Parts: sequence; structure tokens; C-alpha cells
Amino acid sequence: MLSRVAESLYWMSRYLERAEHTARVIKVQLNLMLERETEDDDRHWKRTLKSLGIEMTDVKEGEAQATAKSLIYSTASRSSIISCIMAARENSRQVREQISSEMWEQLNRMFIEVSRSGADEASDVSDFLQAIKDGAHTFQGITDSTMTHGEGWQFIQAGRSLERASSLATLIGVHFREFYGKNAEPEPLEWIGLLRSCTAFEAYCKAYTADLRPDRIAEFLVLNASFPHSIRFSADALETAMKQIGAEVSSRRSARVERIAGRMQATLAFGQIDEIMTGGLQAYLETVLRQCSQAHGALYQTYIAYPIEAALA
Amino acid sequence: MAGTVTQSALPAPFQDYGLDEAYDEMIAPDGTARPQYEHLYQALRELPASEFRRRQQISDLSFLHQGITFTVYGRKEGTEKIFPNDLLPRIITNEEWIRIEKGLAQRITALNLFLKDLYHEGRILNDGVVPRELVYSCKHFRRQMRGLYVRKDAYVTVAGTDLIRMPSGEFVVLEDNLRVPSGVSYMLVSRQVMKRIFPDLFRQCGVQGIEHYSQALLATLRALAPQGCNEPTIVLLTPGVYNSAYFEHAFLARQMGIELVEGRDLVAHDNFIYMRTTEGLRRVDVIYRRIDDDFIDPLAFRQDSSLGAPGLFNAYRAGNVSLANALGTGVADDKAVYAYVPAIIKYYLGEDPVLNNVETFLMSDPVQRHHVLEQIEKYVVKAVGESGGYGMLIGPQSTAEQRDEFRRRVEEDPRNYIAQPTISLSRAPCIIDGKVQPRHVDLRPYILYGEKTTIVPGGLTRVALKKGSLVVNSSQGGGSKDTWVLH
Repeated sequence: MLSRVAESLYWMSRYLERAEHTARVIKVQLNLMLERETEDDDRHWKRTLKSLGIEMTDVKEGEAQATAKSLIYSTASRSSIISCIMAARENSRQVREQISSEMWEQLNRMFIEVSRSGADEASDVSDFLQAIKDGAHTFQGITDSTMTHGEGWQFIQAGRSLERASSLATLIGVHFREFYGKNAEPEPLEWIGLLRSCTAFEAYCKAYTADLRPDRIAEFLVLNASFPHSIRFSADALETAMKQIGAEVSSRRSARVERIAGRMQATLAFGQIDEIMTGGLQAYLETVLRQCSQAHGALYQTYIAYPIEAALA
Repeated sequence: MAGTVTQSALPAPFQDYGLDEAYDEMIAPDGTARPQYEHLYQALRELPASEFRRRQQISDLSFLHQGITFTVYGRKEGTEKIFPNDLLPRIITNEEWIRIEKGLAQRITALNLFLKDLYHEGRILNDGVVPRELVYSCKHFRRQMRGLYVRKDAYVTVAGTDLIRMPSGEFVVLEDNLRVPSGVSYMLVSRQVMKRIFPDLFRQCGVQGIEHYSQALLATLRALAPQGCNEPTIVLLTPGVYNSAYFEHAFLARQMGIELVEGRDLVAHDNFIYMRTTEGLRRVDVIYRRIDDDFIDPLAFRQDSSLGAPGLFNAYRAGNVSLANALGTGVADDKAVYAYVPAIIKYYLGEDPVLNNVETFLMSDPVQRHHVLEQIEKYVVKAVGESGGYGMLIGPQSTAEQRDEFRRRVEEDPRNYIAQPTISLSRAPCIIDGKVQPRHVDLRPYILYGEKTTIVPGGLTRVALKKGSLVVNSSQGGGSKDTWVLH
């Protein structure tokens, strides 16, 4: 497969995952606002922004909410949902011949809907966010059932898993820094919010009952092996994708990226939540983030932007 | 257009189908249908209008769903347009086709010999058959190609020659497209659609197949593999998704099962060309390039090009990679050189051309220029290096302003212009607003030149969809129709 094609598939998938994640986090936040004191709005929105990885230096006092809103419709912001959908579509357009036409049509449809609501002042934000989530899920379903599960599909999986692992690590980290270990116990509302932001509330309750305990929440979101929006699950998926790609291209250069993905997976697979909490969850999540960026870098160096000399040798 | 001849003779759905001085593909001057059109004529009279509308919808939808679009330059976003496909086939008899085929094969053979000669000894220039300054002043002449050995001397591998039919019924060559001719995908797709829409008619008529085009193209490209390379890696080089013919590039690559690459996928190293794949660099042996000469290698040609691959030309010169078409072929489809093609055929093959040219006046010649500028409203004036219907004046349909503008341009740069008498292209029946109406058409068959010359029977019939218009280019409001060559 051409490196450019792999790159486009990878980014298409990352951008779509990012759009979906942002939509979910903002939607949950909007919902929580209904039950909160209004004077805290700015603080809450700031945290939301931080948990989406937005640099706070760019956000002025009292403007957090406006900034958050711009994360939905603003084409000026590169991390906005609308920009992510546009980027995903542009990437898929570059490789339209490599993906199924159903996939292209779904992404194109999302793009058309998104641009239409973006232009329409009266459109309902909540409906819009819901449509993004539904659209992304539909796309994933279409992808799984219409595309050959070969190398290209694996790059799509790799993109999604990496994006998901790192955005989860950021989200969980910000939340625990704010609410964990302080004297005043936060309202259960905040923990529900975190779980909902990861579509994990129902799944958590099934595993641990509705007794919301921070260390259990951390265990579920970081280490659970079978819940799709956990870091561990994403790391498993990333490792599988990397192994499959490695097997497919049968190049000895793939060893490094497989090792990096494997190490990240092993760290999570053998992690113990009590140790992690004692040693500091923040530091642990930092490691996860670092490993994510190493995996991304290694994937690029191995398959996409490798130096010519390396490939000739 | 001029007066109606035999309107009263034409039955029901043809009320608007007045004959004029142009050759009509379906109706003979006496008002009866030509034999090859008998079945279609019958169908047109029997099928209700609603049925045509239904089939037109099916056709439009299948084009839409397959994303068969082209891009119009010079307008804002949303410039992807569906290529309009007319429902009624254009039908050519076997005898007519045999002559066309013979003429095209003769022409491409001569033009390839011409190109080889130009870039090597230049005998034809020394013998004064073609003026030296005409060749050297052509903007598509590539001095970099001087003395370069082109694999199997196949300069033009793929050609698309535009034919028109004179009022007499004779097919003549309007222009040769020897650089990167496009449109063949429309020919293939429109055939697929037609077979679905008119299965019975298709069988009754007995139409020759064209589906083997992709295999023939692949075989032709394969034969260009550099010496000693038995299993060549062949790729199609596209400028990218924003190019007007991107659909076609992707279509052909898929049909042939070869990789569709962009310039940034290619890497030159030690005079070899590689493509970047996830498995590492993979050697490329033959490139079917759909990028113009100018943009193919910023080191050898235009430095500001980001579409090509730096170092490609050196690898080509070293014989490590083959290009189809070769570079510098544009000199032979220059519209001023065109005037010399009959002489070129005679010079290399010692034969008279099977297909004639349209009478052409060179604006670089003072006498001819004066003659044309005196009565410019009677002529079609064309820039010699342009294609796609850009840069031309159709005298009879022009405004005084446009004529002045062209007079000025011709005076300023006479070498850059030619003029031809305005010819009424032949007309073929089309379904317009649910009625059968005549529209002007041309014909572009696709020629594959290699160890043997392959011309699939048919081609792209382009239609000027605007009433009375003589411009068939897709960028100027043209459409297409399927071309049936009968057994």
C-alpha cells in the first residue's frame, strides 16, 4: 500500500474519532450545566476545554464558554468538530478509491449535514452533537462491514485507537486532578459526567454497581480489558493493528513500532489500580500519553515518512 | 441555422428535427432513416416520451452514483459537475469504421516517426518538408528530449484524435491529442450504462465491444518496460484529486489493477524511480503519466511544480523508467504543425493520408494571415497549444468585441494562432427536454500504439448540448453519448 494512502486512512480515522469525542464531552457538559449553579460556569467550561487538550493560555477570563462553543461550529478553530469532519472527509477524498463507496457516502453526508447546521443559526446544538455521534458510529459500522479487513482497515483501527487512548488519558487526568483527593468530596454528578463522557456510565454500573468510587472509576476507564472506551482496550486494539500491519508488509523495519505498541499494551495489561493510585495516576497517564506519541512517531517513521536510505538498505 | 429541407416528411417525435446543411447522422437528405439507424429510429417512434424520460433518469442516476464528474476550472467551490450523457447512441457502420481505423493507424505511425526524427537527426527539417522555425518555436518542443532514446520508439502511446464529419459525410481529422488525452473513461462507463438501458436495441443492432480497452492499455504499457525487466511495476501518475480528470485516473488505475500515484509518492534515487509504500520503497518501471510535461519534474522543467517527482527526468534519460506518453509529444499536436501532417504522412510512409485534414491557415504566414483577418467572422481561430475549447474564437458566433480582441492577439503573436473555416459538424439525434432534437457532435477514438496499434471500435462522441453550438468540450457545456460501431 502506498504510504500516502496509509497516512490518509490513519488521519481520516483519527479526525473522526476526535470529532466524536469532542461532541460527546461537550454534550455531557451542556447537560450538567442544567443542574449547576450558574456562577461556576466559567470554571467548568475551562475544565472541559482542558480535558479536550485545549491550551488554556489561549482562553481569556470569562470566555471559556464562548471558546467551547467555537469548538462546535467554528471553522477557524482547527480542533472544532466541524474542522475535524472536514479534515476527515478531505483525507477520505484523497483515497476515495481505496475505501468502499458506502464509507465515502457516509462521510460526505456527515460533512454536508455539518456544514448546513453550521450555517444555520437556529439549529439545535444538542441535536447537532447527537448527529455527530450517530454519524461516527454509523461510519464505523459501515467501515467494518464493507471494507476488506486488510492493511488499510488496520491503519484505520490504529488511528482510532491511538486517538482514543490519548484523548481518554487527557480527559481522565484533568478530571482526577480537579476532583480526586481534595477534602470536599465532589458531587457524584461530576463522576457521572466523566463516565458519560466515555459512554461508560451504564457499563460501569454493570461492573461495579452504581456505587461511584474514584479508584474503581479509574480502574474501569484505564484498565478494563473489554470496555471499548478504556485506555487498555484501545492499547490492545492498537497493538493488534500494528501486528497485523507488520505481518502484512513483512518488513523487518516494523519491529520497532510493534515493540512500542506492545510495551504500552503490556504496561496496561499488567497494571494494578492500587499501585497506580499510590504511585500517582497523573504520572501514569503522562506515561500513557508519551507512549501514544512514541507509537505515532514510530508508525510514521516505519510506514509513512521514512528516510530513503533506511528503506534501501 | 439555415432553412429546413424536408420537415414535413418526418413523423411524430421529430417535429423539431429540421434538416439543414450539416450532415445528419440518422436521417438521410431524403427524409428516411439511414440503414444503421433503422432500429433506433423505430424505437424512437414506438417508445412513449415518458419511457425515454424514465431511462434518462436511470442513466443520470448511475452517472451520479458512480461519481462520474469532471472539474471546471476558474470557478468557485462546488465545481465538480456530472458529465451529461445523452441517451441515444451514435451509430457508425463497419465500413465507415474500417476506414477510420486505417486512417488513424496510418496517422499515429507517421506521427511517431516524425517525433523520433525531430528529436534525433531531423531529416524532415533538413529536407525542408516542415519548416524548422515552426518546430523550434513550438512551446511544446522539449530540447531536453534531443538524442534521448525512447523505449521502442513509442513516443505517443495513447492518442485521442478528434474527428468530425463534413457535410459530405466524410470523416476528417480536426486535431490530434498526443499529450495526455482524456475522456476514455466516459466512453467505457457510458457503454456500461447503455447496455443496461437499451439491452434489446443493443442486441438488435449488433455492436462491437470496447470493454477490452483497459487490458489493451495495460498490455501496451507492459511492453514499454525497460530492457531486462520482465514483470514491470506499472503506475498511473495523477496530479491529484483536484485535477479535472481525477475520476478517470482512478477509474483506469482500478480497471488495470495498477497503483494510482501522485508525484509525492515517487522518489528518485540513483536514477531509479521508487514509490513509497508501507513496505518500503518499491521500484517503478513504467509510468502512465497524466501530468503535463511542464509539471513532471521540477528539476528538468517548471521549477514551481509540486505535482511531479524531482529526478524523474534523469531516471527516464537513463532508461530506467519508461513514460507513456513520452515527453515532448506536444510538438506534433501543435495546431500549426497539424497543417503539415498530410505531408508528414507522405514523407515517412510514402502514402496519401486516408483521413484528410481540415483546411488550415497559418497565421505566421503573412498572406494567409491577411486573408483570414479580412473576414475573421467566417473562421474559427484557435491558439495552437491550447486544448479543452479554451482560447478559441468561433467567427460566426462571435461579437465584434471578441473579433477585435482576437485580431489584436493574432497580430501580436501570429505563430500562436491558426484559422480554419467554420465547419458545420455533423448532427446526431439527442433527447433534449423529452424531445428528439439534433445536436452537433464530433468523435474521439482512442488509439494505443505499441508493437501493434489497437483502436477499440468506438470512442467518445462529444455533443454540443446547446442548440446550434459547435463547441463540444465538456468544460464548455458539452456532453457525451455512446458510440456504436456495428459488426
